[in-house]
Amino acid sequence: MKTITANRLVDGDVVWLGHNGEWVEFVEAAWILNTDEDMTSALDFAKAGEDKQYVLGTYAIDLELKDGHLQPKSLKERIRAQGPTTRLDLGKQAERHLRSA
Amino acid sequence: MYRYDEFDRDFVNQRVSQFEDQVRRRMSGELTEDEFKPLRLMNGLYLQLHAYMLRVAIPYGTLNGSQMRKLAHIARTYDRGYGHFTTRQNVQFNWPKLSDTPQILHELADVEMHAIQTSGNCIRNVTSDQFAGAAADEFADPRVYAEILRQWSSLHPEFLFLPRKFKIAITGAEHDRAAVQVHDIGLQLTRNENGEIGFVVFVGGGLGRTPMVGRKVRDFLPENDLLAYSEAILRVYNRYGRRDNKYKARIKILVHETGLEELKQDIETEFEATKNGILDLPNEEVVRINEYFAPPSFEAMPKISTELEAAKREDRDLALFSSRNLHAHKAEGYTSVTISLKPIGGAPGDATADQMDVIADVAERFGHNELRVTHEQNLVLPHVKLQDVPTVYKILKANELADSNAGLITDMIACPGLDYCALANARSIPIAQEISKRFEEVKRQNEIGDLKLKISGCINACGHHHVGHIGILGVDRKGEELYQITLGGSADQNTSIGKIIGRGFPEAEITDAVETVVDTYLANRLDEDESFIEAYRRLGDQPFKDALYGA
Ligand code: HEM
Ligand code: SF4
Repeated sequence: MKTITANRLVDGDVVWLGHNGEWVEFVEAAWILNTDEDMTSALDFAKAGEDKQYVLGTYAIDLELKDGHLQPKSLKERIRAQGPTTRLDLGKQAERHLRSA
Repeated sequence: MYRYDEFDRDFVNQRVSQFEDQVRRRMSGELTEDEFKPLRLMNGLYLQLHAYMLRVAIPYGTLNGSQMRKLAHIARTYDRGYGHFTTRQNVQFNWPKLSDTPQILHELADVEMHAIQTSGNCIRNVTSDQFAGAAADEFADPRVYAEILRQWSSLHPEFLFLPRKFKIAITGAEHDRAAVQVHDIGLQLTRNENGEIGFVVFVGGGLGRTPMVGRKVRDFLPENDLLAYSEAILRVYNRYGRRDNKYKARIKILVHETGLEELKQDIETEFEATKNGILDLPNEEVVRINEYFAPPSFEAMPKISTELEAAKREDRDLALFSSRNLHAHKAEGYTSVTISLKPIGGAPGDATADQMDVIADVAERFGHNELRVTHEQNLVLPHVKLQDVPTVYKILKANELADSNAGLITDMIACPGLDYCALANARSIPIAQEISKRFEEVKRQNEIGDLKLKISGCINACGHHHVGHIGILGVDRKGEELYQITLGGSADQNTSIGKIIGRGFPEAEITDAVETVVDTYLANRLDEDESFIEAYRRLGDQPFKDALYGA
């Protein structure tokens, strides 16, 4: 399982590629790529995002299921998806709370 | 205190306007990231894990109350309410929007601050001793020479595109508080037998992937020759430094590959050709810049403050604070106060916007409006009357800024690590926090005494782990964070690079391992006066190895 990630140009915020080529702010909403075909079209969307100067530095990452939740495999990507492990009041982990509150 | 002259003001304003235009063109898509990246880096703007990061220069770590208040304002308005003070004596904001950065730079320019020369292959902001202009033991104020070097280097056409970044540090006293021997050029002020001012010069120190202690190339460089000699070093470096391999491009590699004697000869030859020319340091210039850094007019005060002594008898915590966080001042009745940014369990070097405001107030009311950032990620009020210490302490304490741990094990350096940094292999801050909590007990910390613990999240060594008495380096082993311990490093006048003691420890074991090292020291020291580093130098690493890995 893979998906595509990047940083958004205007504020540097971490984003992932959604199902329709849009960029989403939470990894849970990312497009999960299971086939080579999906990956090929995702990479096209990613390039378009860079060409339009909406995002920068797009790349593919590995995902895994942990306790029924989808999460990035590497610690670095998990920290990007959540925020600093030492400041739970910052980053996505904090925004997620705000949205569901 | 140092003030911008007209030239600087125009230069900074021009740079901000240029950058504003570049950001606008980037946002409109006119500039691609490849085109924009070198431009933003020249203005201190990085892209990190979660967002952009803005690095603001604090030349020689010197700033005043309104500058600190401006940093607080930026933290509050454009960031997430805090800033991070670093080993390069600057401050980093971790969450600015690209679209806000021109405005931030405008605001900084209002208080004569900027982010120039905080990155790129240029001569970086010169760093200095945090007690400059205040310390009882200094020969002269090192910032004067740091500023002369800055003016010479800022726009020097020959040196804008060096093989790699170039760092200069300068310390004013024999006791080196600026880690000069791990910089590309390290300068230590001194006096010769005739009482004239000059410098001991070291070249080729550095940390990172290939740590090296700088080699001494001059025992005494007369003050007047500072620029000509520096120019000679830079020319030799610019000519012979390797541009083919980023990892071999620092001057330390050139020193290593060419050999000290040959390189020294090259420098001297270049110097012969350069000296007695326009680069002679004109005495008027030294005098003029000295005036910029003129110390405040100190009042005649008794050497010992009866108020402070009485307050110390009443309040043991104040007594403890005074024993650790005050540094001897050149003016009688004054002291330099270290404000620790290392609360137990905190992130080393972080300060909230509210704390910055408080510190700005204290500096204005009790500290001749001066502040310093130390390379150990603390702040300093360089000029405080001893009699004001009880009040200053009270205010600091009310704002969680009065940890009495300067120089102790909990006063550690840690880089941002994997919680923020895109280059990291492992996290640094949580390790620092765990160790800090483990050694929280005041009595124990003080029993252990002077101990420098330094943590980096990758081999770039921003956390100076190579020169920690105990150094910790985070590495990645198949997706797991692993922490390597080095022992015996030091960044003072007896600089040494620490030795890796053995295999690394996982996150869950590293704090225990540090405790084992500390307990081994306590069990083996001659007496309380033998510090950790002295004991290590006497004992070697065997007892520590045995304790960590079994005999
Ligand atoms: C978070 C963003 C950062 C990035 C991307 C970064 C990048 C780097 C890199 C690539 C090097 C290796 C340079 C070389 O040897 O050529 C380095 C070295 C260094 N950095 Fe950082 N760094 C960051 C943060 C910091 C911080 C927060 C500090 C201060 C606490 C710092 C202080 C230093 C120092 C002192 C070195 C010393 C190595 C030397 O010059 O020999 N850096 N950094
Ligand atoms: S040492 Fe490595 S992890 Fe730490 S700030 Fe520097 S580059 Fe990042």
